[in-house]
Amino acid sequence: MGSRSSHAALIPDEDSLRRETGFSQASLLRLYHRFRALDTNKKGYLSRMDLQQIGALAVNPLGDRIIDSFFPDGSLQVDFPDFVRVLAHFRPADDEDAGLRDPREPEPLNSRMNKLRFAFQLYDLDRDGKISRHEMLQVLRLMVGVQVTEEQLESIAERTVQEADEDGDGAVSFLEFAKEEEENGSGRQLVVSTTVCLKTQLPGRFLVMVISVWNYWKLLGIITTTAFIILL
Amino acid sequence: MFLLLPFDSLIVNLLGISLTVLFTLLLVFIIVPAIFGVSFGIRKLYMKTLLKIFAWATLRMERGAKEKNHQLYKPYTNGIIAKDPTSLEEEIKEIRRSGSSKALDNTPEFELSDIFYFCRKGMETIMDDEVTKRFSAEELESWNLLSRTNYNFQYISLRLTVLWGLGVLIRYCFLLPLRIALAFTGISLLVVGTTMVGYLPNGRFKEFLSKHVHLMCYRICVRALTAIITYHDRKNRPRNGGICVANHTSPIDVIILASDGYYAMVGQVHGGLMGVIQRAMVRACPHVWFERSEVKDRHLVAKRLTEHVQDKSKLPILIFPEGTCINNTSVMMFKKGSFEIGATVYPVAIKYDPQFGDAFWNSSKYGMVTYLLRMMTSWAIVCSVWYLPPMTRETDEDAVQFANRVKAAIARQGGLVDLLWDGGLKREKVKDAFKEEQQRLYSKMIVGNHEDRSRS
Repeated sequence: MGSRSSHAALIPDEDSLRRETGFSQASLLRLYHRFRALDTNKKGYLSRMDLQQIGALAVNPLGDRIIDSFFPDGSLQVDFPDFVRVLAHFRPADDEDAGLRDPREPEPLNSRMNKLRFAFQLYDLDRDGKISRHEMLQVLRLMVGVQVTEEQLESIAERTVQEADEDGDGAVSFLEFAKEEEENGSGRQLVVSTTVCLKTQLPGRFLVMVISVWNYWKLLGIITTTAFIILL
Repeated sequence: MFLLLPFDSLIVNLLGISLTVLFTLLLVFIIVPAIFGVSFGIRKLYMKTLLKIFAWATLRMERGAKEKNHQLYKPYTNGIIAKDPTSLEEEIKEIRRSGSSKALDNTPEFELSDIFYFCRKGMETIMDDEVTKRFSAEELESWNLLSRTNYNFQYISLRLTVLWGLGVLIRYCFLLPLRIALAFTGISLLVVGTTMVGYLPNGRFKEFLSKHVHLMCYRICVRALTAIITYHDRKNRPRNGGICVANHTSPIDVIILASDGYYAMVGQVHGGLMGVIQRAMVRACPHVWFERSEVKDRHLVAKRLTEHVQDKSKLPILIFPEGTCINNTSVMMFKKGSFEIGATVYPVAIKYDPQFGDAFWNSSKYGMVTYLLRMMTSWAIVCSVWYLPPMTRETDEDAVQFANRVKAAIARQGGLVDLLWDGGLKREKVKDAFKEEQQRLYSKMIVGNHEDRSRS
């Protein structure tokens, strides 16, 4: 009861989160309800287990890597602000001219560079800023399972690293990765488009009070009326 | 008691007597038709009036929202992800094509950007996936004057609040005690009636009587919930020696189906009130109750069900193969156990109209008593029941394929989404076979090309 309240004030630090991620209030509310739905034991944070429960994610070959991206630096919990910050990477990039943005402000989370950084860290497990041949091989193995032989995979990994590697250190750094994708222009693909883009307002305080008081007295009302009937 | 002035005591007596008379009249007015299976059409009238009021309420809210130049929070039953269903191959080709300026016939085997597809799919499922949302109540398009389904608090005018208050008064002070009294009557009649019938010697008369006692009590329970049910295609109703299969939304499904036909129930033996009811019912006619320990043994279960089905004098079995309650927007995987028995299957599709009261039992959120209270304080439970033509297993089909065929028929008839996922996903993890399927498709893309290359 009252679990579906549209009260935006339920979200902690809502204003700063909105500014930081660029989500509209309606989208944030949606994501908050989603967060609560995934949080099965109502702990207030999500664990790896909660994300693994999503069937469609568990069958995604990169499912584990994607889940790892929510838990950087070995942490075991992700709270709502961090959850939203990761998802903010997938907002459609704003079409404004980069020159109009204030250079002193941090880059928005959904800028092309930040999207590519997110994709880069799916490859770069040990976070050393480079994708080695070994790391490339690991990701490839995740994506093909047992369908492809070791030799074939190794040759594919070798060829890919060679093509992208410019300074000849045998690994792909982030800049090389970004340059490769720049030529391809495929950063546009890291976008999840949703159909929620409505604005809502804070609900009327009086009405919320009335309804919460009613929720409190409901049980009392039931008891009194049944007692009334029985006594009659 | 208190010392009342003569005038006051007159008023108290008058009030007390009139209320009691009113109440008893109502009870009689509702129970007697239930016994004979006659309906006065009052519930249908009630439903029509409510619909008009709901439409008016939504119009008021939209008008209120327009005045403030906002849009209402509209729930999306089809999920919030705006996507076209394309296959893995097409999407990855799209990704490669959109960036690459190289000629298409020179398609490389593997691109760094291939992971973007999996990454994006993963994020989409985190934001909104098909299965998790089936385990919470369906969202409504227009408000039904229950505070539990309202998302647009701020657009409610004074008139609407008054209407809502009136609704609360009617539901809690008038409908609820009435329904509780009816439910009480129904259940006690069931227990007493079946026990009495149980003392008779086995024979045609006993069967006849037990059927009618069951029917009468289920009808009273249906009225206790103010359930307005429309049955379609009653000529396809299950017959003896068959298995009736339906989609599961709540424990009320049993009452809804059993008030229009004679079934043998299948289930686990419970303690408490349920146990009393079960023991009484089994005296009148043979139901199949399993002990908790027997439930794990699939062979035993199958054996008992087969025995029951083969005895043509016994009533058709009622089974819900999903195994768990789903929120009535989709049908999940059917467990193959009941389809292995080899009897004729009579599928039934049940679709609730959530406008009048949401019948879905979210067992992780509400216990049984809270659930029943919520049911009894909604406006009504409106549903449609379709009896589909009977199906039998073909010779070249195995149990799983047969189960999927039946599931597809039920989903199509009820207008529900047909999902391949297991309802048990609520509690368990998914199988690896699906992941391997995706891996296979992707590897064909990068290695299949490799073979072409080595050939040329």
